[in-house]
Amino acid sequence: MTTPATAPAKAPAATPVLTATGVTMRFGGLTAVRDVDLTVHHNEIVGLIGPNGAGKTTFFNCLTGLYVPTEGTVAFKGAKLPPKPHLVTKAGIARTFQNIRLFANMTVLENVLVGRHTRTKEGLFSALLRGPAFRRAEKASEERAMELLTFTGLAGKRDHLARNLPYGEQRKLEIARALASDPGLLLLDEPTAGMNPQETRATETLVHAIRAQGTAVLVIEHDMRFIFALCDRVAVLVQGEKLTEGTSEAVQADERVIAAYLGTPFEGAPGEEEAAEVAAAEARTEEGEENQ
Amino acid sequence: MNPQTTPAAHTPPTAEAVPLIPLPLNTARALTTAGALLSAASTFLSWTWTTRFPGNLTVNGYPGGLQLLTLTGALLTLAYALTSWNIPGLRWLNPTGSHNATALLAIATLATTWYTLIAIAAQLGGLANLEPGGYTAALTTLLTLLGTLALPLDRRPADPAPATGRLSSTRAATAVRSALRTLGPGRTGKQPPLPRPLPPWAEILVIAAAFGLALGIVTYGIGTAYGELFTGFLLLAGFGTAGLARAGLLGRLTALTAKHRTPTVTAAFVAAALFPLTQDTDQYTLIAVNILIFSTVALGLNVVVGLAGLLDLGYVAFLGVGAYTAALVSGTTASTLDIRFPFWAAVLTGAAASLVFGVVIGAPTLRLRGDYLAIVTLGFGEIFRITVGNLNGESGPSLTNGPNGIPNIPDLVLFGYSFGKTHHLGSITLNPFANYYLLMLLFTVIVVLVFSRAGNSRIGRAWIAIREDETAATAMGINGFRLKLLAFALGATLAGLAGTVQAHVAYTVVPEQYVFAGPVPPNSAFLLAAVILGGMGTISGPLLGAALLYLIPAKLQFLQDYQLLAFGAALILLMRFRPEGLIPNRRRQLEFHDGTTTGSTLTHAEATTP
Repeated sequence: MTTPATAPAKAPAATPVLTATGVTMRFGGLTAVRDVDLTVHHNEIVGLIGPNGAGKTTFFNCLTGLYVPTEGTVAFKGAKLPPKPHLVTKAGIARTFQNIRLFANMTVLENVLVGRHTRTKEGLFSALLRGPAFRRAEKASEERAMELLTFTGLAGKRDHLARNLPYGEQRKLEIARALASDPGLLLLDEPTAGMNPQETRATETLVHAIRAQGTAVLVIEHDMRFIFALCDRVAVLVQGEKLTEGTSEAVQADERVIAAYLGTPFEGAPGEEEAAEVAAAEARTEEGEENQ
Repeated sequence: MNPQTTPAAHTPPTAEAVPLIPLPLNTARALTTAGALLSAASTFLSWTWTTRFPGNLTVNGYPGGLQLLTLTGALLTLAYALTSWNIPGLRWLNPTGSHNATALLAIATLATTWYTLIAIAAQLGGLANLEPGGYTAALTTLLTLLGTLALPLDRRPADPAPATGRLSSTRAATAVRSALRTLGPGRTGKQPPLPRPLPPWAEILVIAAAFGLALGIVTYGIGTAYGELFTGFLLLAGFGTAGLARAGLLGRLTALTAKHRTPTVTAAFVAAALFPLTQDTDQYTLIAVNILIFSTVALGLNVVVGLAGLLDLGYVAFLGVGAYTAALVSGTTASTLDIRFPFWAAVLTGAAASLVFGVVIGAPTLRLRGDYLAIVTLGFGEIFRITVGNLNGESGPSLTNGPNGIPNIPDLVLFGYSFGKTHHLGSITLNPFANYYLLMLLFTVIVVLVFSRAGNSRIGRAWIAIREDETAATAMGINGFRLKLLAFALGATLAGLAGTVQAHVAYTVVPEQYVFAGPVPPNSAFLLAAVILGGMGTISGPLLGAALLYLIPAKLQFLQDYQLLAFGAALILLMRFRPEGLIPNRRRQLEFHDGTTTGSTLTHAEATTP
């Protein structure tokens, strides 16, 4: 890739790109996300982890306008984001989906071209008249899309249907499509789900390369090794609330995080003796059943 | 067919070419060739003794009517039978070298011939009405088919050994089923070899010749004078096209047309424009105009359904808005508005009225998705018809004369050229409907251009993205509502354009022309059927689908009572065996037949020309 994605590449490193303040999302009586604050700075990779059902994806949907948060605000580079997905993308936040949502029956190139939608302007009339401006814009879009395909290593598959790509490449294509909107912040929802270790490592390299181009990344993931190796900062979401936030080391050492994932050892946890007793009792029951 | 000789029972399920009837290859070839030759000869005999059956099949030495169809089929089969002898110079006829093509052509001939004979017997009351020539034709066509079935036939790669089927009660049934499966729709993994490169001028010549041939075939189909001839024509054309497609000939032609876009479009346009010159009377030109109107509107609907994926069940209302607007400003005495617009202004007014109507209907309804949208559009379509029927000055404001409609719409006059008169340009005679035909053709070309250009652009990609996954599309920055409204409005405008011409062609507009479903196309159900039957998202698909859907009811009067039943059955069969439509969008074909396709990529040209 030759050109940096967007202008903010020159901004100082501490500028907040994304500021979510007091985001709360209620579905009827259920509070899926409660009063979560999160800040992503320029050129930063932030991880968002939490057990299943912690509200990570709901929080993502609040950021991208798919949901309108019940309370709280989300701001991108200081400007409050409108609660409409397409306007959020236009403002500069692009996302991928947990369950891949490509345009299955469009080619790889067309998928990325769709991602260019907000950064191009040609309307219906210019499409009908096919003037030189239209041709130029189409050519520029295609060049930029090809750049992104080369960047993600999919250039050789430009004319394949998206549905025919192997799983790992579909994930990559989703990232390429998101990058096509020249985002200042990229949201990745479980980008390595279902990947083998090699593919996970490749994704790690890809995310670093994206950051190197001046795009901040916020990533949800269950793969702890991936998250802790990748992220500058990790936030932990448990039952809709932010438990803690800090560097990988700090979060890894936090007992509350371990407790949230593995459960707390309670008083008088079973020792070896009790375990042996239980096993013996079970064996007796089984014998009794067999004798009957 | 002799059930004892079913060979497949001992054949492993491979993709190898296997004959259905085990005969030595040379015997099979000889049988096919001789059968085809004799079938052709049999058409020169008399098939029946009386001229009461239409088309005069009584003359010895001069084939007529349906015999000509059999002759055509037999000659085609003969040509393909000769290719199996590896005669140099005939190779181009059958690029894939598949004998299935020959078999399909033999079936085409058999079907046409036997249909004719059965029709004779049924109409005249008994087999006694057949002359020996008829029996000869029946026998020789059957022999030809048996000969082709003894040729090695390709099976689909995934085809299991036919005799292992659970349902096979008898070996004969198994044989029939396996024959159906072998010949049925479905594609072999075999790729035809690359054609020998021709010089560009020769390729363009081939395209021109193909369109000339297509014009001839279509003209013949439209001009068939009686229902039996049309049925025979449909049988021959249907199976024959399948045969040529199996031979790979159509594939090569498609590749050529994709390579030479401009000559293809020009050739298609010229061929279409030549149609009225082949006609002496207005009778079939009128049918052709109506087909053009129907297919243009179907293509407009294809923007909404095929590209943006919005199921619109009330589309005919937009045609109605265009037609009513044109009628109101046409200066007819029956119009409540005492104005007469020149035609260009009437067209713009009609299109604009449709556009406004489309936006007004679309703005509230397009917030719905899927089934809900379909139901609401269905409702709005009916609301239009009922409203127009009530604006008669009694139950509503006086605007449309209610159910009586607006009659006496005057003929168009454009730059002093009156469309209602017969014109002689040199040796060319243009009768009134020929004038309208040419005008409508111009509109069709405009709609085709709009469709292809809009489809292959940023807007078109956004529409397809919305069709594929609306949530993902909005997350990519596409304003879903706005783009859906745009598709809806564009579709409405195109229908309005066609409506302005329709008003003048029909001389009168009444509300009952614009129903949801009825025996006469265009109506909303038939429009949608034309799009789906022809092939969603393609240009030629809806044009072909509309032509078929218009011609079949118009030609087969005897179907009147069963028309909708037959139509439903045909749709079910088509959706079962060819869900992508008659002319598949390459995209959709990949979608429906995934796994059986070998080439899973689209070339750039295929991807960008829907």
